[in-house]
This record gives sequence, structure tokens and C-alpha cells, in this order.
Amino acid sequence: MVLVGALVLAGSALAFSRRDGSASLVRLGYLSLALGALPGWIVMRAAAEWVADKEGLTGDQLPSWVNIGYSIADPGLLVLLVSTVLAGFSVRRSSRAEGPSGDRLGEVSAILVSLLLVAYLVTIWAMTTKPV
Amino acid sequence: MYDWLLFLHVLSAFALVGTVVIFSAFAFGVTVDSRLVVVGNALWNVGGLGTLVLGIWLALYIDGYEIWDGWIISAIALWAIGTELGRRAQLGYTPAAGAAVGAPPAALMHWLRSLVILALLVVMIYKPGA
Repeated sequence: MVLVGALVLAGSALAFSRRDGSASLVRLGYLSLALGALPGWIVMRAAAEWVADKEGLTGDQLPSWVNIGYSIADPGLLVLLVSTVLAGFSVRRSSRAEGPSGDRLGEVSAILVSLLLVAYLVTIWAMTTKPV
Repeated sequence: MYDWLLFLHVLSAFALVGTVVIFSAFAFGVTVDSRLVVVGNALWNVGGLGTLVLGIWLALYIDGYEIWDGWIISAIALWAIGTELGRRAQLGYTPAAGAAVGAPPAALMHWLRSLVILALLVVMIYKPGA
């Protein structure tokens, strides 16, 4: 939940920063990813393995909803890392007042965060409805 | 029907935690941006309504659960406490309204609200007494 909440904050901050070029919003977006979303992902993933092991959901024949979780969470880390790095570069460029280049990085990061949010929406659906 | 009720109920809970994360940034000293406050408040309103309405609907819909079960009553009570704390936190982070004399410290109200949300999650997961 913290992971999704941090993504919402990051995506909102980065999106709003495009309108007024606010360096503080870009920084907030980056910090939300680095200090909120990434630790949140780690806790989510560790807890997922713990629960899967506890419930005997291991091996080759996994229910589809578990596979959906793995399929989104694991590649999602790469997307999260890329968006965090891009947001970090955007912060540096904003602080150096390199204008449009910094905005573009922040924009790409915001788009990646939005894609992650859609993906995690699907994951929440799979985890709650558990389609066979 | 059950799947959709549960999915939307859980999604509403995610919205509540989204509000907690946004306002936690403010409580940690990040400059309050009115647009982020609007996002946070919108998530709180949607999440609060969704968790309550859909939660009660689920309690009535599922055989084996009753609206008067201890853990459900506890959850509703925590929801009410969290709603009031959230209202006070919202006031504190809205400059015009927060100018009222004696308005409680917004950060304190937010952290108390966060604890109540955490307690609500614990009740939902462990269902004490069920």
C-alpha cells in the first residue's frame, strides 16, 4: 500500500512540476520514489514470498493470480528504478536551471510511474479476485 | 458480485493509504502544495466512502459475517475516528480554513489518523474474534 501511495505522490508531484517548473515538486517526486516506492517495493516483495511460502504457493503449478503478481512486480522493479534515476537526474538539472532537458526527464519519469500505477491496479484486482 | 465488491473495497483502502503517504510528506516538512492537498483530499473522500459503503455491503452480502461482529464494529468505530482526525488534518493543511483560532496541529492530527488507519488494516487482516 505504501508502494502505491508513494507512486501516486511521485506521479502527481512530477506531473504538476511540468506546469510551473517547480524544482521542489521535482525533488518531492524523486524523494517519493527513492524513499517511499523503492523501500515499499522491497517490503512488498519480501512479504509476498513469505506468504507464498507459508501458503504453499511455490513450485511450477502456480495459480494465475500468483503469476500475475510475479509478472508485474518483478519487471516493475526495473521500471521503478529507471523512473527513480530519471527523476534524480531531473532534480539535478532543475537545480542547475537547465530548463527543458530537466522537464523532459521528469515527464518521462511521470509517464513511467503512471504505467506502474496501472500495472499495480491490475495486480490489486488479481490479488483480490484471484481469477483461476 | 463478491469479487467486485472486494476489489473496490480494497482499492478504496489503497486510496486511504495514498492520502496517508501524501500528507506524511507534508508532516515531514515538505512545502504544502495546494494541488497535492486536493489530490490527497480526493483520495481520502473516495477511499473513506468506498471502504465504509462497500465494507458494510460485504458484511451484509457474505454468509458468516454479521454487521454486529466485533471486528466489523471495531472497524466502523476506527473509520469514524479516522474520519474526524482526517477532517482536522485537512483543516490544518488548508491555509484559509486553518487560520481558525485553536486549530489543532495538523501534523499531530495526521499522525494520529495514520495510526488509526494502521489499526483498521490490522483489524481487517486479522479479524479478531471472528
